[in-house]
Amino acid sequence: MAEPVFIRPESLSDVSTHYCPGCTHGIFHRLVAEVLDELGLRERTVGVAPVGCSVLAYNYFDCDFHEAAHGRAPAVATGIKRARPDLIVFSYQGDGDLASIGMAEIVHCANRGEKVTVVFINNAIYGMTGGQMAPTTMPGQVATTCQMGRDVELAGYPIRMAELISTLKTPAFIARASGHTPLHAVNAKEMLRRAFRYQAEGRCFSMVELLSTCPTNWGMPPAEAMKWLEKNMLPYYPLGVFKTPDGGDRAPHPIQPDGRD
Amino acid sequence: MAKKLMKGSEAIAEAAVQAGCHLFFGYPITPQNEIPEYLSSRLPQVGGTFVQAESEVASINMLYGAAGTGERVMTSSSSPGISLMAEGISYIAGAELPVVLVNIMRAGPGLGGILPSQSDYFQTTKGLAHGDFRVLALAPWSIQEAADLIQDAFDLADYYRNPVMVVGDGLIGQMMEPVEFREDRRPIKELPPKTWASTGWKKDRPKAIINSLFLDPEELERHNFKLKAKYDEMEREEIRFAYYGPEEGELDVLIIAYGTVARVGLTALEELGEQGIRVGMIRPITLFPFPYEAIRNAADRAKHILVTELSTGQMIEDVHLALRDGRPLHFHCRLGGMLISPEEVIDKVHEILEGRSEEIRHG
Ligand SMILES: Cc1ncc(C[n+]2csc(CCOP(=O)(O)OP(=O)(O)O)c2C)c(N)n1
Ligand code: SF4
Repeated sequence: MAEPVFIRPESLSDVSTHYCPGCTHGIFHRLVAEVLDELGLRERTVGVAPVGCSVLAYNYFDCDFHEAAHGRAPAVATGIKRARPDLIVFSYQGDGDLASIGMAEIVHCANRGEKVTVVFINNAIYGMTGGQMAPTTMPGQVATTCQMGRDVELAGYPIRMAELISTLKTPAFIARASGHTPLHAVNAKEMLRRAFRYQAEGRCFSMVELLSTCPTNWGMPPAEAMKWLEKNMLPYYPLGVFKTPDGGDRAPHPIQPDGRD
Repeated sequence: MAKKLMKGSEAIAEAAVQAGCHLFFGYPITPQNEIPEYLSSRLPQVGGTFVQAESEVASINMLYGAAGTGERVMTSSSSPGISLMAEGISYIAGAELPVVLVNIMRAGPGLGGILPSQSDYFQTTKGLAHGDFRVLALAPWSIQEAADLIQDAFDLADYYRNPVMVVGDGLIGQMMEPVEFREDRRPIKELPPKTWASTGWKKDRPKAIINSLFLDPEELERHNFKLKAKYDEMEREEIRFAYYGPEEGELDVLIIAYGTVARVGLTALEELGEQGIRVGMIRPITLFPFPYEAIRNAADRAKHILVTELSTGQMIEDVHLALRDGRPLHFHCRLGGMLISPEEVIDKVHEILEGRSEEIRHG
């Protein structure tokens, strides 16, 4: 009998998602689920869904879940983890959720060194509400609330969350990865694995920022969106590890040396 | 346990510990700082956890997370902080989580002042946040009662899977009085196991999803009716009030007051009694559910009704609702952190009886 070589991870529910075709949310759901399976964590994992396109993540991951108010997932994760330190707790948040309305919660969760993992989806736009400008929208990028393109004189520059959080003294694992090619997805999974492993070992707060696409609100086909990410986001958002709990090494280690700022 | 002289805030905090509160999340605000301060050292002694959150927005959402795992949890704040918690309280009510909230009210609006007030009555009973929900609200008038109600609040929250709020005017936080914690205290409700809690899923029960999102309107309507059934049950089962004064016969004046304002009312009532004036007083202990019927029945035998509050007139609207008949009321208030004195109440009663007090009509 033929042996299946590609199966649904146990940590993913057997349902179809509501995500747009070609949206990278699907890729990152799968990578998180594979990591939970491989580390044997599913049974003691509780996820926290944000408000954003991934608001229904509780239907897609096959573990207990909380659905948080917009931006507050790191506070909800803190509550869960402090109540039951034996649980593996992760939040899954978009850039409007984490870097705009939820800025205080993410900074203080990281600064307290909560032993939780934050999966941060940076798609440079507000997906769910229809393509408004996010704190991560690129200079000149068109969004429904900056129809002439983001004007940095009025809106400032995009916030680099991985760099910002890694300035905190509290030990943490902070990395940025991307999903625009299979090779990058493999690297992203490695970052997620390290993040969850540090949590499982009770070491530190961990956050992986994942560069993502929103073909629908960027107004381009999925393959073109991947190229747009590579050309426009990668130079501004360098990939790599920004901080590890072992101390010291905060230098980014990009897998594409030429993709630097 | 012997009686111990305690500050209100500390008695509230200790009562929470006695009730099995395992986690507390909070942000400093006067006049309730002694609650988090006390719990920051007390909770670790009993294996619990205290977290000073970065804001009230964060504390209420931490509470949401911790309550979802089935632990007993509490936060406390004062008026502006409760306003900031609004969205989170609505999520907690929508997700049907048991939490205990404490509001030691201070005078507003805005930053207002730090002295006692009852200006959050509307907020507590009518407009805590968006969406169609209620919180069970308990209003103590003494430190002992505050300690007792906090312990009841945990049982009620667990039973109804709903937020329960204990509201005290600032005096309740700051006064010192003797308190006794009963060691043989039993839960006031039969409490089912928390099978809904998110504790890690071994597939031996339905997956736990702590959530207030229902995109299908029919499903949300069913959820809304389910919540309404709980609020209806609270209105049937949980009304608490106290009556003071002559049990029989006509009353010259019926006073309606809650919290520490009712203590002032009781002093006035006793003095007026000595002057031969028949005064009764109803003290709502639950603000939601409100003792409408008790007030209606007592009002039936009163010539005049006087409502006293530390607000420009909030509970008085519920008294109007209780009476149903548009009957005029008398009203006395102090604002901004000023307190009502027994003499003021006595003078007001004389004014009423001598026809010198202006009547208030509703609508
Ligand atoms: C308090 C509050 N404000 C605003 C909203 C509306 N809202 C829903 S999702 C969203 C933005 C989501 O964008 P992002 O976090 O980038 O996630 P994405 O949809 O792109 O995955 C906003 C503003 C809300 N639900 N709650
Ligand atoms: S709107 Fe954008 S982020 Fe949301 S599902 Fe569609 S493609 Fe993905």
